[in-house]
Amino acid sequence: MSQWVINGIRRGIKTTAYPRGTEGAAGVTPGLPDGGQMDAATGAALVERCPTEALSQTDGNVTVDYRRCVHCYRCVRDVERPLDWQQTYEWGAVRDNQIEFGPAFKRSIHVIVVDAGDCGACLNEVKQLNNPYYNMHRLGFFITPTPRHADVMLVVGPVTDYMRFVLHKVYDAMPTPKRVVAVGACAVSGGVFAGSFVCAKRLAEVLPVDVEVPGHPPPPLAILHGLLVAVGRKTPASLLSPPPAAIQADAVKS
Amino acid sequence: MNRTELKEQIERRWPGNARCHFAATGLTCEVSCDRAALPELCGRLFLAWEFSFAGLMVEEGASEWELRYCFYGDGEAGWVHVLVNAPLDQTIFPSIVKFVHAADWHEREAEDLFGLTFEGHPRLGDFVLHDDTWQENVEPMRRHFDPKSAMHHRKSDADWRPRRIVEEPGAFVMPIGPKYSGVTESALFLLETVGEDVIRSVPRLFYKWRAIEKLAEGKTVDQVFLLAERFAATTAFAHGLAFCQAVESICGANVPTRAQVLRVFLAELERLRQHAGALQEICESTALVVANSQAGILEEDLLRISGELTSHRYLFGLLALGGLLCDLSNDACRKALEQSQQALKHLNELEQRLRLSSSFLDRLEEVGFVALRDANVFGLLGPVARASGLIRDLRRAQPYLGYENFDFDVPSEQEGDGYARLRVLLAEARQSVRIMEQAVAALHSGYIHEPVKLREGAALGWVEAPRGGAFHWVRLTDDGRIARYRIVPPSFANWHGFHLSVEKFAFQDFPIILSTFDLSVAENDR
Repeated sequence: MSQWVINGIRRGIKTTAYPRGTEGAAGVTPGLPDGGQMDAATGAALVERCPTEALSQTDGNVTVDYRRCVHCYRCVRDVERPLDWQQTYEWGAVRDNQIEFGPAFKRSIHVIVVDAGDCGACLNEVKQLNNPYYNMHRLGFFITPTPRHADVMLVVGPVTDYMRFVLHKVYDAMPTPKRVVAVGACAVSGGVFAGSFVCAKRLAEVLPVDVEVPGHPPPPLAILHGLLVAVGRKTPASLLSPPPAAIQADAVKS
Repeated sequence: MNRTELKEQIERRWPGNARCHFAATGLTCEVSCDRAALPELCGRLFLAWEFSFAGLMVEEGASEWELRYCFYGDGEAGWVHVLVNAPLDQTIFPSIVKFVHAADWHEREAEDLFGLTFEGHPRLGDFVLHDDTWQENVEPMRRHFDPKSAMHHRKSDADWRPRRIVEEPGAFVMPIGPKYSGVTESALFLLETVGEDVIRSVPRLFYKWRAIEKLAEGKTVDQVFLLAERFAATTAFAHGLAFCQAVESICGANVPTRAQVLRVFLAELERLRQHAGALQEICESTALVVANSQAGILEEDLLRISGELTSHRYLFGLLALGGLLCDLSNDACRKALEQSQQALKHLNELEQRLRLSSSFLDRLEEVGFVALRDANVFGLLGPVARASGLIRDLRRAQPYLGYENFDFDVPSEQEGDGYARLRVLLAEARQSVRIMEQAVAALHSGYIHEPVKLREGAALGWVEAPRGGAFHWVRLTDDGRIARYRIVPPSFANWHGFHLSVEKFAFQDFPIILSTFDLSVAENDR
């Protein structure tokens, strides 16, 4: 048994500096494309290539809607003029800017994770939050199997019909105040499954969603950011790139 | 058995009832068969001639049904597709489960989704479409089905009760799920018991059914590729590859050598990562905290290696029809290989220590036993089957991507318990790194993409995914759209046999056995 302890100590501390510092290791995030100015023909070609209508163009301005981006890389790979690609991970955004933070969310938070039809990747990334690299316990987040103890509900997947019933049951069993975080493009916008007759278009159709974390799947740090946003410990990000002027102004004020 | 022998045997045994046609290219033999001869013919292929069952592909044509039972053998035995045709108004077919038990769930699925009836099947209904949620006579995969019309399903019926088998005094059903435990996929397990031991286990799946096969119909190849890659993303590359290979085989496309070698490299990287993930789950289920952390570090390391190499941690967006979407530099591959070798070193060290931890071994050894005979009858696949001594690996049996040029072993064990499954997983991880080393050495400069001209036709794509054989059947229309897409993932076969391993074991063994099976609900539920 002592071998385990010695071995554990020998591996050293692996935990990320985030959220106090930043995490710069390679491969921690798949990144997201950046919108911006470009000539109309190039922009139109990129919009044409996007399979989930995440790109749109007005007056030579290409906008990326992160809610719909599924990381197919078609706007950067095998094209003449690719979009810029940014390696960020702070993607958690507040839905409708209407979140209010009471004292209930100041201390440790219990999170219940519900799989509503997920492909396995989002769930695997949520699971990584418990490995020594991310170790969410140090920030006061704990996974709980029971809705009775949960403050935050984390939902992954495109919300299949069978799981609606389960989602409602879990939500109703949670004590108030409570937060709902939609994790991944599928929960936020249906992703590639949006057209299926047994999937909802987005989680917000079924439950009142507070925080949305885009990405397909969002890396563990993005999910962590989403949780920190849900409890008011981090500033929310924008779901559009470039962000609309109004949101930019808000960010400056805060 | 080779092709001529097969033809001779079939035509001698079923004169006039079964006709063999060989495809011009490849190793596929199509046997058109009369309904009466179907069960026996499939039974002989499966039981006597030792073909494995790949899947049942049901297609609704313009005027008739085509049921395609796919079998495969080793090497030149190749593929045998048994075909049965019938007019559309005739929906009753003979069941083959009497001889081919592996087809059990395939027939139940076809009954639910197409409204077909299989005469002689012991239990149809309540499978994909749960009886407590869906109305009778909904057939979502039929062409006339209108998904937009209202009231195809109703609210869950709280009074629904599962069928019970155990009739002992004090017997009860312990339901686990669909939401259970910490971070788990949604599935319901109905465990029948009289107290300590699980006497009977029924996994009730398809809570995550996204109807991907229906969604794919009428879409372009490009759109459906995204679905293939994303429906079970822990093994995304393998499934994307199976789909690409099916379409490439329809169109007669030649994938450039460099792209093939890179595909092998990435497929093995994914296998290595997935097996590390499985190890982490096993350590977690046995509550070995340090080992769990160490395995978690290992999995995250491998995710980061994938992320650094391809930009995506689950290898999305790299595959394309006819090769790869973008090239990877030799240096980057070499670096990823070195990092993987380092990860493997940690994996081996971890294994050494686990082998000496009696508290760990006690929970795995002689627990969750699957006999070779059962593995055969249920047609189990992948590491689970190989741990019970059923050795069939598609990379060897029916090589693709030039796997025949790589030197590797197919690890196997005889015991069929949880520990045997763990040993197979770890041995396979070592073989994956061995293949990656050879792939990097075989990287020569060249194109990575050949344009593919779409044409009408149908083909099967197969891949040995990390969890076992995956089979994708694709039919294209003349304008390059998907007419039928059928996915047979490895977890579909392994969930079918999962109950064998938990019955007669104690409740506390259940999560451990589940983790050693390395099953994916997303893969099964499609």
